[in-house]
Amino acid sequence: MPYIAKIKVTLRQSILDVQGKAVDHALKNLGYRSVESARIGKYIEVTINETDLAEAERIGKEISQKLLSNPVMENYSLELEQIK
Amino acid sequence: MSDITVGVVVFPGSNCDHDTEHAVASFPGMKPVMLWHNDHDLQGAKAIILPGGFSYGDYLRAGSIARFSPIMKEVIEFAHKGFPVLGICNGFQVLLESGLLEGALSRNRDKKFLCCQTSVRAVNGSTIFTSLYPENEVLSIPIAHGEGNYFAPPEVIESLEEHQQIVFKYTDAKGKISEEANPNGSLKNIAGIVNRQGNVLGLMPHPERASEKLLGSLDGRGLFESLFLHIAEV
Repeated sequence: MPYIAKIKVTLRQSILDVQGKAVDHALKNLGYRSVESARIGKYIEVTINETDLAEAERIGKEISQKLLSNPVMENYSLELEQIK
Repeated sequence: MSDITVGVVVFPGSNCDHDTEHAVASFPGMKPVMLWHNDHDLQGAKAIILPGGFSYGDYLRAGSIARFSPIMKEVIEFAHKGFPVLGICNGFQVLLESGLLEGALSRNRDKKFLCCQTSVRAVNGSTIFTSLYPENEVLSIPIAHGEGNYFAPPEVIESLEEHQQIVFKYTDAKGKISEEANPNGSLKNIAGIVNRQGNVLGLMPHPERASEKLLGSLDGRGLFESLFLHIAEV
């Protein structure tokens, strides 16, 4: 059964997240006083037609580093789920 | 003498390709040739320009998908052989994504897409792209971008400075480099950098939009002129 790679890409803490900042301001304007900050990232689902978990993981990592994230300014996390 | 060919790469979503072609063609002896991103043939070009625009709609990250366009394989090889490659705006973003230049461009500090005239200075006038600019001359060249906020880790900035790889900086009208004169939040007011070998330049300002009188500034011509002088000599 193939796997779904669930990849989250977030800006590194040292990078100014202007979208997150705008959302943070909007939430505060709505009166949510306990809201401290907001950061915006990307969520990507990639279906990988491999039956072997290790191979799906290797591909998931490779595409995350090569294309889906830019290591200069972003971090990524990868989760694999087998499609039933 | 026959004309020298200068390649302008056209990605889906490039929108300064024809402005660049127009600017190149205005120099006697230079013949622009449009190179489709899906091709593999640089058609004998002596220099390659990656133009501005929104390649692939800026999907994922600006320049990230164009970087894997088929023609980029040849462009990267061409650069590794020491031939000149110039990336303007989105072209700069593509060069960073491709690893030909170091660092990254993130969203502008003030969240805005900026489309305005800026003052810049060629702080390194000894590159093949800037040799004809008089030292410390303030240049008026427009910018048009949402993601031009140059970032690199401290060790990269240090190395860029050490090897005089910072080529253009944003300044005020008098040529002073200050935070107020920084339109987008770029580290060290960086507007353009060159690789260590000196043959790959990326910059956010658009020299092709400051290349004829009608456009209000001729200050971008010096960059093309310097580059074309170089390739005519080689």
